[in-house]
Amino acid sequence: MRPEEGTIQSRARAIQAVLGLLTDQPVIICNGFPSREAFKLTDRPTHFYMIGSMGVAAAIGLGVALSKPNKKVVVLDGDGNVLMGMGTLATVGALKPKNFIHVVLDNEVYGSTGNQPTLSRIVRLDQVAKAAGYVHVERVREREDLVYEFKAMLGNDGPSFLLVKVSEQAEDVGRVLHEPAEITRRFMKAIE
Amino acid sequence: MIESDDFVQALQDIGFNFFTGVPDSLLGGIYATLLERRLFTPSVREDEAVAMAAGAYMAGKVPAVLMQNSGLGTSLNTLISLNLIYRQPCLLIVSWRGFEGKDAPEHLVMGQTMTQLLDTVRIPHRALSEQTAADDFRWVAQTFMNARIPLALLIKQGVVKGIQP
Repeated sequence: MRPEEGTIQSRARAIQAVLGLLTDQPVIICNGFPSREAFKLTDRPTHFYMIGSMGVAAAIGLGVALSKPNKKVVVLDGDGNVLMGMGTLATVGALKPKNFIHVVLDNEVYGSTGNQPTLSRIVRLDQVAKAAGYVHVERVREREDLVYEFKAMLGNDGPSFLLVKVSEQAEDVGRVLHEPAEITRRFMKAIE
Repeated sequence: MIESDDFVQALQDIGFNFFTGVPDSLLGGIYATLLERRLFTPSVREDEAVAMAAGAYMAGKVPAVLMQNSGLGTSLNTLISLNLIYRQPCLLIVSWRGFEGKDAPEHLVMGQTMTQLLDTVRIPHRALSEQTAADDFRWVAQTFMNARIPLALLIKQGVVKGIQP
């Protein structure tokens, strides 16, 4: 439990809370545990599960958001992913898609490769997003705060950035069972 | 020399309607035309541009990404672990810096090895020329629709008119 003391939820619990508030919105989920946990918790055709290409979840979501301005697009990202593609925070901040919600599950480690520390325990990603021009930026730890802020972001114009501090705990999950080409096909059909 | 206006129009006629990427001097005319026609979405890195294009494709657009060939190096992982395995087509409009060794030192290795690199990762490619332009654009349209993977149209110096004639 670091760097902030007190109760902190697991990433899977945070993912469950977010997915529980969604219905048919497109969701881009970054590679590693987030995709695998989301797949196990709730598998919907509106989910685009990444299995590689680390660092570009937000860019994929941005492409969807710009092309489908009438749909709220949600990106479930990780701290290591955001740090790898940090330039995309600038692109989002400059283009300001109103329908873009960027949720960052921040456990301060590269969880899929053995919990090596990321720089997010030193660098405040929410402040970076704010400086880059995201309209709404919130940082939460508790589940009820996550639900409250995410609901507000669903109801308001963005781009929004929700940093969720989560624990290092990972669920015992397998791989995403859909073939990548099948993920593309069903995602396209579901968000048509 | 192909006018950049004609180049962009040919792509629009095929159906391309989402353009992003990172500028290069050889692509300056194309870039200016895209801005003038309000068709261009800016990007800060080539891998980001490729991923944005993938998102746009899945949301129903027909995407193209502009880049200097150095950007192929930057975007290589996204091209192979996103586009190729997820079957997401994208036209890469790539300037051929370092062609025949006539360029600044930083362009020479990529200029010499680019087509081998593309062959290695199985990205189809073709160099545009004024004489074969109609055929080249037909190849772009057919490959995009049929292969559902990225393809590269290589732009050498002097083939498409830049900002300065």
